[in-house]
Amino acid sequence: MIAKRIIPCLDILGGRTVKGVNFVDLIDAGDPVELATIYSEKGADELVFLDISATEQQRDAFEPLVYAVAKKLSIPFTVGGGIRSTEKVARLLHKGVDKVSVNSSAVNNPDLISQIANNYGSQCLVVAIDAKIEGDEWWVYTTGGKQRTNLSLLAWAKECQERGAGELLFTSMDHDGTKNGFANEQLAELSENLSIPIIASGGAGTLAHFKDVFLKGKADAALAASVFHFSEIEIATLKQYLAEAQIPIRL
Amino acid sequence: MSSEVILVDYGVGNVQSIKFALERLGCIGVLSADHERIINASHVIFPGVGHAETAFNNLQQFGLDSLLPQLKQPVLGICLGMQLMCNHTEEGDTPGLGIFDLKVLRFINVSKIPCVGWNSLENLKSPLFNGLELTYMYFVHSYYAPLSNQTIASVQYGLTYSAALQKDNFFGVQFHPERSGKDGEQLLKNFIAL
Repeated sequence: MIAKRIIPCLDILGGRTVKGVNFVDLIDAGDPVELATIYSEKGADELVFLDISATEQQRDAFEPLVYAVAKKLSIPFTVGGGIRSTEKVARLLHKGVDKVSVNSSAVNNPDLISQIANNYGSQCLVVAIDAKIEGDEWWVYTTGGKQRTNLSLLAWAKECQERGAGELLFTSMDHDGTKNGFANEQLAELSENLSIPIIASGGAGTLAHFKDVFLKGKADAALAASVFHFSEIEIATLKQYLAEAQIPIRL
Repeated sequence: MSSEVILVDYGVGNVQSIKFALERLGCIGVLSADHERIINASHVIFPGVGHAETAFNNLQQFGLDSLLPQLKQPVLGICLGMQLMCNHTEEGDTPGLGIFDLKVLRFINVSKIPCVGWNSLENLKSPLFNGLELTYMYFVHSYYAPLSNQTIASVQYGLTYSAALQKDNFFGVQFHPERSGKDGEQLLKNFIAL
């Protein structure tokens, strides 16, 4: 049986700094390559690197880092942030990246999804969607949650699937950072209405939140950052807990 | 015969992660479409991601469709590589190399397509799997090879199908050993040791 996936996400700035990572024995190191290896050894099922560089100069430092991580990592490796062209995708895949994640650039240019899927295959394409609830409606936001669009979540998610996205990474902006649990109701709706795997993001705080996101939210994978970075939740403990709750997991 | 591991280069897919995995085992994988070099390699890895039709057209362009089935050394097809070693695939109604006597089919009646994630291998029947600890491997695919007498490992996703195939010196794996942690590395190590 296919296992539910646990995916730590690291924010990378200027190709060096790992924001908000505080492993007890790694405060000083903060070396993304080492962190990636540690996560992989701790049982992470995949790893996501997000390039949060604000300037092109900082961004140039990202690719050498990606290369160094891909070289050491023996689990799937996804990178996102600032990917606007198929040329960039080609460069990243050539550096050993397995999947790319596109967000704002896909909203601004939906054809990018089709182009990536057609040229490199759906297996390497994750479309990330940030959304927020207003009344009863979920709206898609871009530019790191700063810009509201006129796209409703479900309609946009369906378009992404039709255009060839291999997976969807849904972040609820209302839940992100709260540590109060994932947006399970909305996740379940997405999962039931789409045929591609859904990665849940935003809201992880406790072990039970992960159980709920798989059982109630029907997610195929769960992504989190701070609970892992600050060792609030150990991946091995989490996976053991999920296995005991009869959730298929790779121990 | 040289002790070179060749990664068949036919202009599709991302082979960098396989190169890296081999490097971690202290082995260099050389990308090549050169017939002489492929014939003389000690091991041949036949990778593949993307669309079957494009991939098969490329194989034909490089004349590899007639070369690959004649190879005598251990050959390992990975993912689409394995599917192209079968008789036919439903993806783009594409012919294959006919090494494995199977038709590759599209998943139907499963909850999610593509099938993405770690799944556990069952009914292991090859030295290729010696020393595996967890037997979980990373899969990402929308088409599958059914069970046959060439199946050397099976896996369940909606139905039970072939996770790995073997015929003589030809091996094929549906999953990605290069991204399947320690067990994936062990499998590649076992292959290189053949």
